[in-house]
Amino acid sequence: MAISRDDVEKVAKLGRLMLTGEELERMTGEMQRILAYVDQLSQAETDGVEPIAHPADVHTVLRDDQVSESLARDQALATAPRHSGEGYLVPAVLGD
Amino acid sequence: MELLSLSAIEQRQALEAGDVSAEALTRAHVEHIAATDAGVGAFLRFDGDNAVDQATKIDARRAAGESLGALAGVPVAVKDVLCDANGETTCASKMLAGFRPPYDSTVVAQLKAAGAVLIGRTNMDEFAMGGSTENSAFQPTRNPWDTSLSPGGSSGGAAACVSAGMAPLSIGTDTGGSIRQPAAFCGVVGVKPTYGRVSRFGLVAFASSLDQAGPLARNTGDAALLLSVIAGHDPHDATSLSPLAGNDAPEDFTAELEKPLDGLRIGVVDEHFGEGLDAEVDSAVRAAIDVYKSLGAEVVPISLPHSRFAVACYYVIAPSEASSNLSRYDGVHYGYRTDEAAMRGELEAERKAAAEGDASDIDPTLVRLYRQSRSEAFGPEVKRRIMLGAYALSAGYYDAYYLKAAKVRRLIRDDFTAAFEKCDLIVGPTAPSAAPPLGKFEDDPLGMYLLDLYTVSANLAGLPAMSLPCGQTAAGLPIGLQVMAPQREEARMLRGARMYEAVTDWSARRPPIAEAQG
Amino acid sequence: MSTPAEKPNADKPYTTVIGLEVHVQLATQSKLFCGCSIAYGAPPNTQTCPVCIGMPGSLPVMNREAVRLSIRTGLALNCRIDRHTKWDRKQYFYPDLPKGYQISQYDHPIASEGCVAIADPKDRFPEKQVRLIRAHLEEDAGKSVHSDLGGGDSVIDLNRTGTPLLEIVSEPDLRSAAEARAYLSELKLILTYLGVSDCNMQEGSLRVDANVNLHIDSGDKKIATPIVEIKNMNSFRAVEHAIEYEADRQHRVWQETGAVLGQMPKQTRGWNDATGKTVAQREKEESSDYRYFPDPDLPPLEISDEQIATERENLGRLPGALREELAGDHGLSAYDADVIVNQGVAMVDYYLAVAAASGDSKAAANWVTQDVLRVLKAREATIDELKLPAEQLAELIKALAAGEAPKPRGRELFDLMVEQDVPLAEAMRRLGIEKVDESALENLAQELLDANPRIVADVQAGKQQAVGALIGQAKKKNPNVDPNRFRQLCLELVAKQG
Ligand SMILES: [Mg+2]
Ligand SMILES: [Zn+2]
Repeated sequence: MAISRDDVEKVAKLGRLMLTGEELERMTGEMQRILAYVDQLSQAETDGVEPIAHPADVHTVLRDDQVSESLARDQALATAPRHSGEGYLVPAVLGD
Repeated sequence: MELLSLSAIEQRQALEAGDVSAEALTRAHVEHIAATDAGVGAFLRFDGDNAVDQATKIDARRAAGESLGALAGVPVAVKDVLCDANGETTCASKMLAGFRPPYDSTVVAQLKAAGAVLIGRTNMDEFAMGGSTENSAFQPTRNPWDTSLSPGGSSGGAAACVSAGMAPLSIGTDTGGSIRQPAAFCGVVGVKPTYGRVSRFGLVAFASSLDQAGPLARNTGDAALLLSVIAGHDPHDATSLSPLAGNDAPEDFTAELEKPLDGLRIGVVDEHFGEGLDAEVDSAVRAAIDVYKSLGAEVVPISLPHSRFAVACYYVIAPSEASSNLSRYDGVHYGYRTDEAAMRGELEAERKAAAEGDASDIDPTLVRLYRQSRSEAFGPEVKRRIMLGAYALSAGYYDAYYLKAAKVRRLIRDDFTAAFEKCDLIVGPTAPSAAPPLGKFEDDPLGMYLLDLYTVSANLAGLPAMSLPCGQTAAGLPIGLQVMAPQREEARMLRGARMYEAVTDWSARRPPIAEAQG
Repeated sequence: MSTPAEKPNADKPYTTVIGLEVHVQLATQSKLFCGCSIAYGAPPNTQTCPVCIGMPGSLPVMNREAVRLSIRTGLALNCRIDRHTKWDRKQYFYPDLPKGYQISQYDHPIASEGCVAIADPKDRFPEKQVRLIRAHLEEDAGKSVHSDLGGGDSVIDLNRTGTPLLEIVSEPDLRSAAEARAYLSELKLILTYLGVSDCNMQEGSLRVDANVNLHIDSGDKKIATPIVEIKNMNSFRAVEHAIEYEADRQHRVWQETGAVLGQMPKQTRGWNDATGKTVAQREKEESSDYRYFPDPDLPPLEISDEQIATERENLGRLPGALREELAGDHGLSAYDADVIVNQGVAMVDYYLAVAAASGDSKAAANWVTQDVLRVLKAREATIDELKLPAEQLAELIKALAAGEAPKPRGRELFDLMVEQDVPLAEAMRRLGIEKVDESALENLAQELLDANPRIVADVQAGKQQAVGALIGQAKKKNPNVDPNRFRQLCLELVAKQG
């Protein structure tokens, strides 16, 4: 079943995007076409096939539990759009 | 001396012999960029003075008799997706305009340690998403062979600058073909290494299980040299390949490059010559296969039965990972934030207007901050991928999309494992056509995705793969030959490519702009 | 193991059904994926780096010690350790989560299917096995604090971001607030014995969320009320109160609305310690759709049988086994064994040393559970801070048993030894306690008997207790007189006379 405009709007919220009505319309059409193509995956016989998330069968390497130097605070906050000198500033997380 | 036409290896020899100084070499490139890049747009940022500065330091070190790295004094351009503490890293996105990472990516650190002159930062599709470099938020890049055409992408700037002689070497990244396809369109050599061969630490992620950085160069020798510098295990990347037991010396891919492969078996995939392949590309690639035959190689027909699902598989997995990787861009810790005061004002007005009606649809302030910041700073292709990925991972669709694709991915990988039982290398077209005109896919994202037909499989299976020039269209546009090898077999792949290159002259052809003197 | 029987509280018309999710901060030096320190109390945003800020291009590399501590905990909680474990991304947007996802474990937790035995020495609930669904290793988020700069902003501190947490999830096997508390106490005790966490609730090293609902017998039907998750409980006492409040609230709501499980999504309520109530929390939008998928930056982890065997060998002594040892080998009451073991491994070692040196397990237990704990409590001190080596307490026990020190003055001696940090002999000297020579004691007894013929007559008439009056007089003459021995001597002398 093709993705609907409502679905697209929900996904936009999930991905924290805001689309105008026109963008929503266009995105719906594009996603419908792309997903119609992608849907050919259903023709692949995958019963009993283990999914892979990594291209190589490698195992993760571990690091030793050693403390290394952190960034100086002004260096860490330097990239932030808005900060107080002590921390990152955002509209109240428990506001409205 | 024609400095710009020298290969990287020749430049290094000239520097070592004292025939030229790094300063003079760098100045020649800087002047060429200044004179020609306005028409190409390969670089997002380049600072000639800074480059010359780096070069004079190398000259001083050489004069002092210091032992220098493998690229000492050789200009290298870097795609604007690998963090460099000395400047901005923008990923060609408004989101990261002005972002100055406080650290070096491992690749950049390796280049610095090797003495490379980091000449500038090359243009790309925003966050490496796209195949034409038109998705850059800042500028398009044009194909040096014909500036009405796309250079390909996403490493379009990286391919164009090498093709146009602005740098002998550049670093690109390849998630679904983003090194190989622009290399093919611009007539240069581009190598995507085995997944894990080159550290991803400091490479701004697009799709983490597919991304690999790799070299773009004018020939296989130069590509092998640059790959030798950036390859190697990195403890900061948990997906980095560990050295094989008993062999932890850094691999030198140049060492045996000139040695032809004995009893070479070339695999040719039926599915690569089907529908959608341009006739000129078809015949150029078949001619290349004939060259291999003439060199004594055995040509083995092989089948990759699941390759027809590769693009579909890729366009589930890559956007899924991308949607997750790009969640960090929320306008809080770095990157773009919308005009907050204006946003609060609008939100206030919306709430007032809805006071009598239903206000349940109105975002909390923080949510609106996220949505508005992201929507203003991401371009349409990035939004499309975020949407596709969020959808493919969302409740109710995960099994049909992400999980299904992850299973098909195994089948695709297994196809290669079986194929490489019968052959040593797989050879075929890099892209279905030569470079398309700029703007061709503006309203056809799916059409753009299908350009990745032959390249995405190597990323899904983690294989090394490269493109090298193998012909030209009637219009004089380069055509690329893709060579693929089993995991970890870059040395074999490069030697196989060099066998072809050594008896043909396609790699030596340069666009007229490369000869233009500043 | 079986599901505990449904046994409604005698005084309540319902059964409270409780499952607990406990987040424990692991006692590593550095964070889960980077080298930043996890030390508590640093100024905001001074313990971060590109990795834990989630800066573009940064990558996680797993801390070996965090994995080891997780395996260790899993084994101690009787879990199965997954040989192939992996990490997944749990995705949601929140400013204290800089990557926009938390690296956690979805379908292959490092440990699963364990259990914790709980018992109440006071028998308020039957002994039971609380089943564990899983224990998984994940990273912590940062903290948001409301800004006092005005403008309704929050300030984000990322120091805590990336701290290793083990999330331990129980089955809904608990049936009362008391059981929940017993489970938490036992879990904390085990973790403390293992040394895998300092379990400091004030510093957030141990955090508890409770899933609560009611099973109600309504006529011939069994009804379950909707499940509520309670957060923000800052002490075990708060957990108990919150569960009790919530059970009562759900019962009232059910009586008013009749709403049952499945009719509404799981609700989250926050505990307010000041008001003693739970309050509905606003749902995060689409909070249920976390879009978990395998983290492509972290390949799976292979855990070898050897490593599991090594960790199992090195688990050390655990509370359950120690309780059995004290009750079995040392013959203590279950209650005493429980009291000692619950004080932690240092107290157990202290007790064992006292018992060994004194040769009297029971006396050692009495001293430890009564006087040692009394002193520690008064001083808010730990056993390591107590200035009374086990050997000296053992000496006191032996001296009292041998009559070398008078039993009634034992506590006095103990307190002096503790307060003034002196050995037994010196304490006796300071209190003027000397052992009274047997012949001197006999002389004193004879002297007093001679002076009190009526008492002698009473004793001869069979009223042995009449001697008591002489004991007081004897103690006045010599405070070191052992009353028991003196009494015995008097009786013997009267018998001789008779
Ligand atoms: Mg959790
Ligand atoms: Zn850190």
